[in-house]
Amino acid sequence: MTVALFLEQMLNGLQLGVMLFLMAAGLTLIFGVMGLINLAHGSLFMVGGFVCAAVAAWSGSFWLGLIASLAAAAALGALVEIVVIRRLYDRDHLDQVLATFALVLMFSEGVRFVFGSFPLYLDPPAFLSGPVTLPGGLPYPAYRLAIIIAGLAVAAGLGLLISRTRLGMQIRAGESDREMIAALGVDIRFLYTVVFALGAALAGFAGALVGAIQSVQIGMGEPVLILAFVVIVIGGIGSIRGALIAALLVGVVDTMGRLLLPMLLSNVMHASNAAGVGSALASMLIYLLMAAVLVFKPKGLFPANA
Amino acid sequence: MRDLVTEHRLNIVLALVLLAGPLVAHAADEPFMVTLATRAAILALAGVGLNIALGLGGLVSFGHAAFFGLGGYAVGILASHHQNYEPLMTWPFLVNGTNQMLILWLVAVLVSGLAALVIGALSLRTSGVYFIMITLAFAQMLYFFAISWPAYGGEDGLSIYVRNAFPGINTLRPLDFFLLCYAVLMVVLVAQWRMTGARFGTALQAVRQNEGRVAALGLSPYRIRLAAFVISGMVTGLAGALYVDLNRFVSPSMMSWHLSGEIMVFIILGGVARLFGPVVGACLFVLFEHVFGSFTEHWQFFLGAALLAVVLFARGGFIGVVAGRARHD
Repeated sequence: MTVALFLEQMLNGLQLGVMLFLMAAGLTLIFGVMGLINLAHGSLFMVGGFVCAAVAAWSGSFWLGLIASLAAAAALGALVEIVVIRRLYDRDHLDQVLATFALVLMFSEGVRFVFGSFPLYLDPPAFLSGPVTLPGGLPYPAYRLAIIIAGLAVAAGLGLLISRTRLGMQIRAGESDREMIAALGVDIRFLYTVVFALGAALAGFAGALVGAIQSVQIGMGEPVLILAFVVIVIGGIGSIRGALIAALLVGVVDTMGRLLLPMLLSNVMHASNAAGVGSALASMLIYLLMAAVLVFKPKGLFPANA
Repeated sequence: MRDLVTEHRLNIVLALVLLAGPLVAHAADEPFMVTLATRAAILALAGVGLNIALGLGGLVSFGHAAFFGLGGYAVGILASHHQNYEPLMTWPFLVNGTNQMLILWLVAVLVSGLAALVIGALSLRTSGVYFIMITLAFAQMLYFFAISWPAYGGEDGLSIYVRNAFPGINTLRPLDFFLLCYAVLMVVLVAQWRMTGARFGTALQAVRQNEGRVAALGLSPYRIRLAAFVISGMVTGLAGALYVDLNRFVSPSMMSWHLSGEIMVFIILGGVARLFGPVVGACLFVLFEHVFGSFTEHWQFFLGAALLAVVLFARGGFIGVVAGRARHD
């Protein structure tokens, strides 16, 4: 194995991790502030991808598509919060799971109805379409590098938003005591809608960015959603910092496992068997990581102080 | 008490309807309807399994498709070895495949029970929303494992060409196979009914209602929950075994998270913690799929809308609406 391949896969793992963070951040915010488990978060990711691909194909501009996907996901998130989610805050987790599962079915079929069953394709903007040469002479796709940078920038922005602004103060207050901040005169219903729309926008943004790497198709958000759950469980529910670290950890472990396990196994068994067994085991790796974290830290690595 | 009597009567009526439907369909020479009823009975059994954990124990498992799929793969793998005349393993001792349902069921129940023991032991260290996400994640792990493990068909799944055998009946005839599945369902329902009133069932419901008091009585809530989770996984695994014999096909989609969600949907449509809740729910689901599926390919949209309406406005499901609220709601 060459150092170049290793570095390239590390960067791919980082890129996956950044994507997972964008999903997990919204989920963990929504859970932290409203106490809601939202399965439909993956659908917002999918909607982001579809809107970006459709608008980019119509206008010829990736950036217009990206903006449209952010706006569409945020608007859809706000709409869903006002029409459905708002009624679920006082319910138990079972009702929340079932209602948001119902939303997943409706969104998937709705998107199929609007865009058809065939996947859409989205090209990255022209100046990011080629490779860049990293220090050390390693060529790497510029677009993937841009995703990593954009994701880290969003993470930093989100951190600033929560720690430095008035909205962030309200969000943190909402996480620690909902009734009290309502009593202090904060419009809690509006705050909930804003938080949900913010989470939705992050998911839509992630969906749009990923859409240019893979095809945009029905159900594209579901594997990401479940990985984001793993991230949240590892990082600790409600913790943005935990979500960031766990997302990068999961991204790198998953990507490197797929690279290294078949290689390691080929030392002890036949090469063709090693590829199959290695990839099967690699697909289980992050869940084993999650199980290991649970054994030692059932509340996750960075439990929120709620 | 009045509501309890109503629910008992309703249960008997429901059991008779589920039995009578296929008998009528058979007499009218409609084998497809018999197969549809068999599907409903098997899915109901999967729901009954989940209802033990979810309804009685309050354990919202979003990963029961894992047990459904494991039970299915146990049957698929053993039956395919039997059909190919290849031993399953030769070392340290010879194990051959089999086509005897009784043995297959036993293996399916043991495999899914063992998996439930491991997954439950880890997941039950947490509670609430963590538990939901973790059971979902473990099910997804097995799903991806089934997809990428090359030996038994991987993503394409595994066909068994002939339905397995049960002593004394011809399982290839739709009505015979339905009656077998129906009998299994009824046996499990009676067992659950007996269990609910027994010490274990009472303790399990007490753990759901007030964990602290149960612990103060000297019982271990963790062990009670784990036992319930394992029983629950075993019943759902048995349903998976029957499902593979119904379709003569097993694939990773039996473990997908959509299926976990659907099993949960049966319970909410019928009524949470109601003995016959999953039975009604599964029948409604199969009917819905058949009726709406015949005139629109987007039937899942309407399923989602119906489910949303039930969750938001008709808590208690079908049995809750007909027989009144459960006493300890």
